[in-house]
Amino acid sequence: MSKFRHRSLHLLGVLLTGLLFTLLAACSKANPQSTFDTLGPVSRNQATILYVIAGVGTFVFILVFGILAYTVIRYRRRSPDDPDPPQIHGNDKLEVAWTIAPAIVLIAVAVPTLQGIFYAANPPTEARLTVEATGHQWWFEFKYPELGVVTANEMHIPEDEAVIVELRSVDVNHSFWVPKLAGKVDMIPNNENRLWLQADESGMYYGQCAEFCGESHAKMRFRVVVEPRAEFDAWVARQQAAAAVPGDPLAKEGHDLFMSNQARCFACHTIAGTQKARGTVGPNLTHFASRQHLAAGNLENTQENLRMWLEDPDAVKPGNLMSRDAAVYNGQGEPLTEPQISALVAFLRSLE
Amino acid sequence: MTTLSFPIIRRPMHPTGVWSWITTIDHKRIGILYGVTAFALFILGGIEALLIRTQLIGPDRDFVSAEVFNQLFTMHGTTMIFLAIMPLGAAFFNFVIPLQIGARDVAFPRLNAFSYWTFLAGAIILNASWFLGGAPNAGWFGYAPITGQAFNPGHGIDFWIIGLQVLGIASLAAAFNFIVTIINMRAPGMTWMRLPLFTWMTFITAILLVLAFPVITVALIELMFDRKFGTNFFFTPAGGNPVLWQHLFWVFGHPEVYILILPAMGIVSEVLPTFSKKPLFGYPTVVLAGALIGFMGWMVWSHHMFTVGLGPIANSVFTITTMAIAVPTGIKIFNWLGTIWKGSLDFRTPMLFALGFIVLFTIGGISGVMHSMASSDAQQQDTYFIIAHIHYVLFSGAIMAIMAGIYYWFPKFSGRMYDERMGKMHFVLMFIGQNLAFFPMHFYGLDGMPRRIYTYDADMGWTALNALSTSGAYLIAFSFFIFIFNMVKSWRKGEKAANDPWDGRTLEWSIPSPPPEHNFDEIPTVHDRDDWWARKRGGVKHGVPVSGGSGEGHAIHMPQPSFWPIVVSIGLLVGAFGLIYNVAVAGIGGGIAMVGIYAWAFEPVNEPDEKQPAHH
Repeated sequence: MSKFRHRSLHLLGVLLTGLLFTLLAACSKANPQSTFDTLGPVSRNQATILYVIAGVGTFVFILVFGILAYTVIRYRRRSPDDPDPPQIHGNDKLEVAWTIAPAIVLIAVAVPTLQGIFYAANPPTEARLTVEATGHQWWFEFKYPELGVVTANEMHIPEDEAVIVELRSVDVNHSFWVPKLAGKVDMIPNNENRLWLQADESGMYYGQCAEFCGESHAKMRFRVVVEPRAEFDAWVARQQAAAAVPGDPLAKEGHDLFMSNQARCFACHTIAGTQKARGTVGPNLTHFASRQHLAAGNLENTQENLRMWLEDPDAVKPGNLMSRDAAVYNGQGEPLTEPQISALVAFLRSLE
Repeated sequence: MTTLSFPIIRRPMHPTGVWSWITTIDHKRIGILYGVTAFALFILGGIEALLIRTQLIGPDRDFVSAEVFNQLFTMHGTTMIFLAIMPLGAAFFNFVIPLQIGARDVAFPRLNAFSYWTFLAGAIILNASWFLGGAPNAGWFGYAPITGQAFNPGHGIDFWIIGLQVLGIASLAAAFNFIVTIINMRAPGMTWMRLPLFTWMTFITAILLVLAFPVITVALIELMFDRKFGTNFFFTPAGGNPVLWQHLFWVFGHPEVYILILPAMGIVSEVLPTFSKKPLFGYPTVVLAGALIGFMGWMVWSHHMFTVGLGPIANSVFTITTMAIAVPTGIKIFNWLGTIWKGSLDFRTPMLFALGFIVLFTIGGISGVMHSMASSDAQQQDTYFIIAHIHYVLFSGAIMAIMAGIYYWFPKFSGRMYDERMGKMHFVLMFIGQNLAFFPMHFYGLDGMPRRIYTYDADMGWTALNALSTSGAYLIAFSFFIFIFNMVKSWRKGEKAANDPWDGRTLEWSIPSPPPEHNFDEIPTVHDRDDWWARKRGGVKHGVPVSGGSGEGHAIHMPQPSFWPIVVSIGLLVGAFGLIYNVAVAGIGGGIAMVGIYAWAFEPVNEPDEKQPAHH
């Protein structure tokens, strides 16, 4: 029996070591949503607190496991005839000690935690830019009220500046989370929340809805594009302009289809500068072609992907409202033909 | 009395066979019914988990659809909490507590049968949804407003609401029963400070149940009104507030976590002393720590809501209260270490599970403290890090302890010994399996993988660790094949168990295995904490050994079986379907239940026309 025990302990050791290495290897900062790769002051503060408590926790675990392992080896019953051990009922001093010691440790780690709570809750006074982020099933809408810009699924912010994000929802609960920049805050209908974040470096940051919000919760993703102030200003200027008027005949055909009573795209989508397309149920498409992703951060914004999306949106984002409600998709109207899809693709790709 | 007894159906008197089980009011048989049913549902919840893990074994898999995935994780959580861990706890309450406190049965034996049948009705309602248009799909927490008619027009959520209400009735009835039993039916001399730890923890659990379930009941009624009658407690177009649901749910939900773990702590507190041959270290402190956990469990609910935007003051307060709850939990862990320290440790299967519980529950406790810190929790909330935590607490905690308890009391309830080799194999494989499955979740959670997502992209860097978790899940499943094989084989052909195979400490080991229907030939008089151990070691002079069936059992007055508890439960089952589909049917169900209650109320404990044996 003891041979069995030793062999299984050995095996367990090998397995646990292997597991640890796999974990460390897999936990790379290169992962796009790693909370270890802290690229902003808020996420950095949160990670520091995690490291403190993880250190304390590892110490406590080693202590408990060490005592247990020692006891298990030292005090195992060697023979069935072993005499009864001493009948110890307790020890007041020890019990007081292991009540007070953890309490003191907890008070010590509570201090940076509470500081962190207030740090994340109160944006710095120099924050100039406010973005209104609204959760929809299953995409994110971003409005810049002071700048008159509305976009979807890609939030642009300037590098090294604190940004306030106001969080809302039009339907169910969602949660706004860019792991490398800041911890999440929920978007709840009839409740206004906000957070602040700041990015050290330019680049493309991954974000994802973190509160279960229905069938395609897993597909509700977005990106934060961080760029130097000058580039950000240039982006704003482009977004403020009205939509491009299609010149190419195919794009023109797509435009007409968009506004037609067959496709009825205009009913849900806005294209600024047109009279007809002013819907707000779906994403604003005024500068659709300037975005790097489509379908809530799920696909790169390429011609093939756009075509795939328009052919069968339900295959990309199951249960989405366009598949459910648009007559061209839900079987209540005439479906789009291949040439019609080509025309829509050309039109949408002209919306620089 | 004769004239008042309900004359329609003859009282069931079968001593054996199916009818004897359907009409039984014997706490031991009800305990076995609870245990077997809950274990079957545990397997069902486990299959749901395996389907979830199979879907997530790699990126972009379409083993199940998004909608089915959402139903699977909703039912996995609901099943494991309400249909597996809680009733497995109830199985132990039923079987063990009357034996531990030296009683012939629980205070209200027919109410006890009613609790079981109503639990079964709740399980049927919840799982019937799979075949009637789709299971609930909004998570076990059912956050508004996604549970509203506007976002969830099918009947899945209705099954969830009504199923939980019916389970709540079962739990409340059982909780009142156990509170009364533990207060009133302790054997002479069994003072509160001599009460076995498992009984103590059950007592605290029952009080938590009585206080917590009304909160979820109210929340579910409001939700039902929103769905059925267009009220607006939670739904936003007319100004309802979804955050109200979260408060109500977690005011119930956090004590619920302790409802799941306190009985487990009680089991471990029985197993460790027995296999160390030492009394529990610091008994009064362990009891007090349990009571404190139960009490403080009411002050921490908003730590589930740190990202809801309650503001920094509320988050700070709940950070501190949650951290504070680590103190009594730590006390328990250190007192368990004190119990085995200098003991004479015998590594039988129950002991291995109890020791495994300490190690892994400590990990769950530490990650719990991590979540208590609202600022860093903003990165962990709703990720796989939380999944890791709850599984270290509820699987590696509660289920490990329940396994310890099943092996520990197996000789008592079956009268036979389990196979020790297979038991150890089960432990080793399950121990490795759960660490493979759950430990990596901490890391891919911190790598940004949200929970409740049915798919993920290959470029997220979560693939390898997800595959590892899935392989761990399969290993856990395999270990349970061994467990089931061991249980079935040993129950049928295992070696006959002695009355006291472990050199136990509490009263259940003083009577035959399995115990006779009346448990104790003579109600024992208790002189000591660990009374049976003290008697065996001659520490108590006045003790009269109570072991061994003297054959006088038939002279003891026991209540007779009854049809009425199951009739009332059937009424509730019919009524529940009526509430979902058709109010007229609900009326019929209510009528059946009323007839059952009426007949039950006027049914004498024993039929007067039976020959009444003399009192003992």
